[in-house]
Amino acid sequence: MNKSTGFDWISILLFLLLVAFGWVNIYSASLNEGAQGFFDLSQTYGRQGLFIGLSVVLIIFILSVEAKFYERFSSVIYLASLLSLLGLFVFGKTISGATSWYAFGGFSIQPSEFAKAATALALAKYLSDIQTNIKSFKHQLGAFLIIILPALIIVPQPDPGSALVYAAFFFPLYREGLSGGYLLVGLCFISLFVCTLLFGAVWVSVGVVLLALIILFFNRKKKKKYTGRYIIISAVSMLFAFSVNYIFHNVFEQRHRDRFNIVLGKEVDSKGIGYNTNQSEIAIGSGGWTGKGWTQGTQTKGNFVPEQHTDYIFSTVGEEWGFAGTATVVLLFIGLLMRLIFLAERQKSKFSRVYGYSVVGILFIHFLVNIGMVIGIFPTVGIPLPFFSYGGSGLWGFTILLFIFIKLDSNRKATYY
Amino acid sequence: MRRILPYILISLTGFIFLGRLFYLQIVDDSLAVLSQNNAIKVEYDYPQRGYIFDRNGELLVSNQPSYDVMAIPREVEPFDTLELSTLLNITPERLGKRLDKAKIYSPRLPSVIVPQLTKEEYAYFQEKLRKYKGFYIQKRSSRDYQIDFGANFLGYISEANNAEINNNPYYQAGDLIGRQGVEKQYEDILRGTKGVKYIQKDRFNREIGSYKDGIYDTLPVKGKDITLTIDAELQAYGEKLMENKRGGIVAIEPKTGEILTLVSAPGYDPDLLVGRKRSKNFNRLWYDTIAKPLYDRSLQAMYPPGSPFKTMTALIALQENVISTQERIDCHHGFSYGRASRMKCHSHPSPLSMSPAIAHSCNAYFGKVYRRIIEKYDTPQAGMNAWHDHLASFGLGNFLGNDLPVGQPGRIPDAEYYNKWYPENRWQATYTLSNGIGQGEVATTPIQLANMTAAIANRGWYYTPHILKEMDGEPIKDEKYTTKNVTTIDAKNFDPIIEGMFGVYEYGTAQFLQIPDVEICGKTGTAENYTKIDGERVQLTDHSIFVAFAPKDNPKIALAVFVENGYWGARYGGRIASLMIEKYLKDEITRTDLETWVMSHSLEEEYEKPYSGEPFKINQ
Repeated sequence: MNKSTGFDWISILLFLLLVAFGWVNIYSASLNEGAQGFFDLSQTYGRQGLFIGLSVVLIIFILSVEAKFYERFSSVIYLASLLSLLGLFVFGKTISGATSWYAFGGFSIQPSEFAKAATALALAKYLSDIQTNIKSFKHQLGAFLIIILPALIIVPQPDPGSALVYAAFFFPLYREGLSGGYLLVGLCFISLFVCTLLFGAVWVSVGVVLLALIILFFNRKKKKKYTGRYIIISAVSMLFAFSVNYIFHNVFEQRHRDRFNIVLGKEVDSKGIGYNTNQSEIAIGSGGWTGKGWTQGTQTKGNFVPEQHTDYIFSTVGEEWGFAGTATVVLLFIGLLMRLIFLAERQKSKFSRVYGYSVVGILFIHFLVNIGMVIGIFPTVGIPLPFFSYGGSGLWGFTILLFIFIKLDSNRKATYY
Repeated sequence: MRRILPYILISLTGFIFLGRLFYLQIVDDSLAVLSQNNAIKVEYDYPQRGYIFDRNGELLVSNQPSYDVMAIPREVEPFDTLELSTLLNITPERLGKRLDKAKIYSPRLPSVIVPQLTKEEYAYFQEKLRKYKGFYIQKRSSRDYQIDFGANFLGYISEANNAEINNNPYYQAGDLIGRQGVEKQYEDILRGTKGVKYIQKDRFNREIGSYKDGIYDTLPVKGKDITLTIDAELQAYGEKLMENKRGGIVAIEPKTGEILTLVSAPGYDPDLLVGRKRSKNFNRLWYDTIAKPLYDRSLQAMYPPGSPFKTMTALIALQENVISTQERIDCHHGFSYGRASRMKCHSHPSPLSMSPAIAHSCNAYFGKVYRRIIEKYDTPQAGMNAWHDHLASFGLGNFLGNDLPVGQPGRIPDAEYYNKWYPENRWQATYTLSNGIGQGEVATTPIQLANMTAAIANRGWYYTPHILKEMDGEPIKDEKYTTKNVTTIDAKNFDPIIEGMFGVYEYGTAQFLQIPDVEICGKTGTAENYTKIDGERVQLTDHSIFVAFAPKDNPKIALAVFVENGYWGARYGGRIASLMIEKYLKDEITRTDLETWVMSHSLEEEYEKPYSGEPFKINQ
């Protein structure tokens, strides 16, 4: 009783637009003297063309598999994914300092790009289990473990950027009823962290104590005063502030410290550490309304922006297509994300919904962190822009992630318990 | 809420991104400029500056290559300071200072570190250049002077300053720009247009080819050659005569308004301001605040015109019909007017009609005539304005509009001028009587006086004096210099005045200065002048002034000579004027004794008197 309702062509169209525009920009960013058309496999853009072709094959494969397969085999896929990550410690190939790749002949595969989809499947499976109650601490812990396990394996590769992405799973968890308090506490810690870096632990402590006293003062006529809670919260905050201070200065390496300091505006360094961001801002800023025209970017041609075809591909858009191009890309992503939320909400099965929200979360975090970094409002964290950045593993990882959901969505009217 | 929060989060991110992008790409244009600077290297090719010729085709100014040592501070890598400073012949401290200054100006833009190496220095340095990253040689063309005079009207070229670079996008640091004289006035014509090559660079600063296949590149355009109206031989002679004196000589061809000579004394050799010696020499000239060699006396010095101004009084009087040419006026070594007011005069026959009055330069005659002009009208204000307007038509009292970058308007007072001085406008003709004989409130520059003389020689019209004759062989077409200015005086009224000026040589104040076989007209002038010494107004030795034109009926040259503190009109001014005219018309000097006298007499002693405290010779 397969009641497939057809695929969501809006999402597919948005996907295709992003991939195509991405390729066009990769072409420009990696163009050099020996260019021989779009499909020259010795060139970066030629290989990206091949990757795109292969992802079409992947898409056909994903869409032809039974939708039930993804739910039934989610645990197996998750475990296989964890194993592939662990295997890196033995067989991994090191590329630019991170042991994140398996080498197969001329090509390298980065398993962490596929682990996201696997984790999303596993989390969806776990949360959609009739036994699971997200309100109970035991099950919260279970969900947390599923999410944190791949992240913990990825961090020491070292690839903290990819690990950060796992914060994306807060989206489905929150949608399924996880207390917003977690978010609030998280935000508090982030603000404390930033304030400590900006003003120092001592001033943050003073501020926290003052804030507590003010709240106490205004609540002095209420019967319940929660004085004890305020003392505990203040103490924890101060402890956190001093730990941040300690960790920042004694555990972080200088390059990490520099990245934070530059984003927070504590240091200006145009030629050294902040070079990437500075150059990418220059490239984007020089675009104006309509940019310099495709393949006409002077910054792009001069290779001023490092990693321009991968993590900094958005700066090429900015330079060559101007505000018109960057706004289009931002709007395409916003459109895709909103469409996916809409799709997720219309799922009858909890599994599909949780998976849908995971896809939204993962794409959103990538979008937020990557473009935020390229336009200089986020610290430098090396993660790609989905569908856009050069790289086979990345493209395939996101393609798989998205099209499993499109397959699930096409199957939403089918009932199977 | 749980369903809406993701939408809010995504929208908010979108807004922040779009806002930030809008700021980066549209609002903040500093990044766009920066992009041009670090990805594209601009190379300039400087064209030859236009040559300068004199009216007879003699080459005055040509070019020689010069080599500036430039540096782009952010590309400079550590180097052997001592070796480089030895190569460039400057001290290591100075080299350090220059580099610091360049860095402050801009780390990415080139600055001149050492300007204008000689060919030999360049040849030597070029071999070692590769050792110094971030340094390069910019070839430019600097001036090569064929003459050692004429610096005042030629001007010079030097590096454009920051204000000029900011005001005019053509100039970059290190570019040369014309200063003073024709170099400044005709900068746009002389300099040509530099060629530009845009070169795409990568982030290692390697050149990776021409930017956009060179569609923005341009070739240099050579500056245009110009021909001046100056007669170099006459100019050289004038400067020679003015040695050891201060003042100016301006000679004009009356028929065309072309400036034949423009002498300002003391002058200097234009070659002093070329190459590396420039700044040292310039400082020396600049800080000579007593002789002021950089001050163009022929254009900028406002002196009381003295007696030559009487010709104007006579012309206006005839035009206003306040006197006939035949009426004789008494002179008793001057005349008295008002209470205890007396205008003095020297010994000469009396009474005199107009032409002899000019020849003998009678103060009483012109004082009285001036009074009649002013008093012809109902109020002194109306009379004063009528007088002023006649003079204005001769180019007096305002900028002449000549094509030289400096000048002074001179001063011809009008009614308003005196209304300010006297409360309730209570003043009369007698208050301003000195104006009639070129003293009092009137002041003119030598070029104005020369132009006035040219207008008299032409009997009532003149062309605005100008120094540019041809551009690349094409005569100038600027209407400003090819349109006649007609004075308010009828042509017939000029004859008695010209007769009087002829009489100056025939039987008047300059009898001993006649030139054989030339009908010459002139007018002597002796102007009182004052200065402040220790806050006290002190009268100095009189200025010697002379205006003249010749030949009388077909004037080919009109000139004004001004010699500061030269005792009296005929003593220096008259002699120099006579020699200049002979030189120009006959191309030889027959009166060598006169020439020897002028060249062997110095006024330096006179100029030292305000500082040495010796007494001045007044009206002797």
